[in-house]
Amino acid sequence: MYWLRKAWGELAHEVFVLPSRTLVLVWVLALLGLPLVYDDAYVLRILTMTCLFAMFAASWDMLAGYTGQVNFGHALFFGAGAYTSSLMSQKLGISPWLTIWAGAALAALVGWVVGYLCLRLRGSYLSLATLAFPLIVLGLLFAFPEFSGGELGISGVGRLVLTPTQNYYLAALAMLAVVFALWLVADSKFGVVLHAIRDDEVAARASGINTPRYKLAVFALSAAAAGLAGALFAHYIRVAGPSTLEVALSFQVVIWGIFGGVATIYGPVAAVFLLYPLTEWLGSFKAFGELRLLIFAVIVLLVLLFMPRGLAPWVRDKVETQCPRCKQRNSAWKNLCRLCGAPLKTQVPRAQRLVGHQ
Amino acid sequence: MLQDILVTGLVNSGVYALLAVGFSLIFGVARIVNIAHTAFYMLAAYCFYALLVKGGLGFALAGVLAVAAVTLLSVLCYRLVIEPVREHEAAVLIATIALALIFQELMLFSFGGHYLGIPSTLEGVVRLFGVSIPYQRLLILVVAAAMLGAVWFLLYRTRLGLAIRATANDLEVANLMGMNVHRVAMATVAISVALAAIAGVVVAPVFVVDPFMWLSPLVTMLAIVVLGGLGSMKGSLIGALIIGYVEAITVFALPAGAYLKGAVALLIMVAVLLARPEGLFGVAFEEER
Repeated sequence: MYWLRKAWGELAHEVFVLPSRTLVLVWVLALLGLPLVYDDAYVLRILTMTCLFAMFAASWDMLAGYTGQVNFGHALFFGAGAYTSSLMSQKLGISPWLTIWAGAALAALVGWVVGYLCLRLRGSYLSLATLAFPLIVLGLLFAFPEFSGGELGISGVGRLVLTPTQNYYLAALAMLAVVFALWLVADSKFGVVLHAIRDDEVAARASGINTPRYKLAVFALSAAAAGLAGALFAHYIRVAGPSTLEVALSFQVVIWGIFGGVATIYGPVAAVFLLYPLTEWLGSFKAFGELRLLIFAVIVLLVLLFMPRGLAPWVRDKVETQCPRCKQRNSAWKNLCRLCGAPLKTQVPRAQRLVGHQ
Repeated sequence: MLQDILVTGLVNSGVYALLAVGFSLIFGVARIVNIAHTAFYMLAAYCFYALLVKGGLGFALAGVLAVAAVTLLSVLCYRLVIEPVREHEAAVLIATIALALIFQELMLFSFGGHYLGIPSTLEGVVRLFGVSIPYQRLLILVVAAAMLGAVWFLLYRTRLGLAIRATANDLEVANLMGMNVHRVAMATVAISVALAAIAGVVVAPVFVVDPFMWLSPLVTMLAIVVLGGLGSMKGSLIGALIIGYVEAITVFALPAGAYLKGAVALLIMVAVLLARPEGLFGVAFEEER
């Protein structure tokens, strides 16, 4: 009884005070409870894919949003995870439950190597150079088809679990764990350092931060998350093909990330949860089937014209305000800050407004 | 084989140079990484096809109309889509990606996904040093050279060119000196897309025309521009020659070369970046923070 009351207290004082936190709680509960009330195989399939891509998009945001290393070749890590895990489970006969970790580990190694090669590059140079890596790997895969399966990829990859509901729970739990872990890392002192590196690398170095080490760590961490997503994806659709390395996937994750709002982690996740089911749903209509990518691009363009900073920051600024004194967030309809009691909307007298701020 | 490499490399370099110089120009002046650049090249090829085969116009007229239409469209896109989000670099980036996707899907919808063949503008071959070159490839080379000359003249011998170079050098100071930087940026967009459109029109009879033809030159063009140094005309030109020849050598000399040509070109780019992070002719932008 005591624990129940304590939990309720935590919930009421930490979660329900902010609309964004309430929204996240509702989303998590809905995600976990959905198969209990509605277990249509098609819907579960779409949501499983959505979860895997959400993990992928969140890992991109860690690298591009927080650290400012805008990666145009993020599909490399996804593909590295997918190919490693499939090849190991198929050629060596190891259980997929072990190989997905190997996939994530190799992706982390690949991420470290890419990060090492790109250490001296900045801004647009880095973006355009990273675009090259998945294409180099793709060229090698096509040149040695007997090892990689060439254009068809590796098919008949072993499954992790059998039923759609189990697959859904596996993807959803993995996604929640990875996204929450990334969010914790981004919210820690480590994350603050990453913000510093993005905003001014020279100043960060002058403050005694070993920026190359941090950048390599983020490359490896983000690649590991993307690789895990890729490995789970390959075992779910049972094919590891060249499409996991293509430019289209790299661009897709950039669109998700920026559409949702960079440097938030939850923004790209929200973007995937909106955009991926939307495109699938549009594709299910006969008339729209051919036009779905067109509609997708137009929607992205229009939303961007109105919310250039992305969807999640725009929504957050609508429902919450920042306390001018203690910088904590409050719901937008409150008058006093919930923590320090300072007035949130400063009432400027009419006469003073006419004269101007002193 | 040596002659084949020489000729193919030169022709490919010409096309790549047209694309890369335009991209570099737009990046230098407006700091826009225009992913849709080669999508305009694809649009020009389609436009040329529609006017020539469906519309029954002559080669010259169809070509000029296609270039004009695509250039007009690019200015329109810039005003309506790019300019409102100019301050947000990330938004500009995905706006251009979205534009490219929109063009691709529109062409897919209206012309279908199959390859379209366009009759050669000029028939016949000329024999040079024992290798036969079709007139069409010679035309590509001549047009590319003429256009690069024209761009050089525009940039270094006219007032507009002076304004463009000044804006690329320092946008704020150029603005303070009384140049209308918005109009300069718009003119640059028009010039750079016109170059891409011209490239699209001249290569349409040689390469296949399909809605995905923008992807592979996009990657090569980005490799060239990064290799030569972002925003540098000379770098783009020399980068185009290097990548064009590397691709030709890979295709002719290596087994499975057609698959590896992109990979080898990109490897060269990565190697150059490791030695010189700002590209061959780029300025080290230490002060740009």
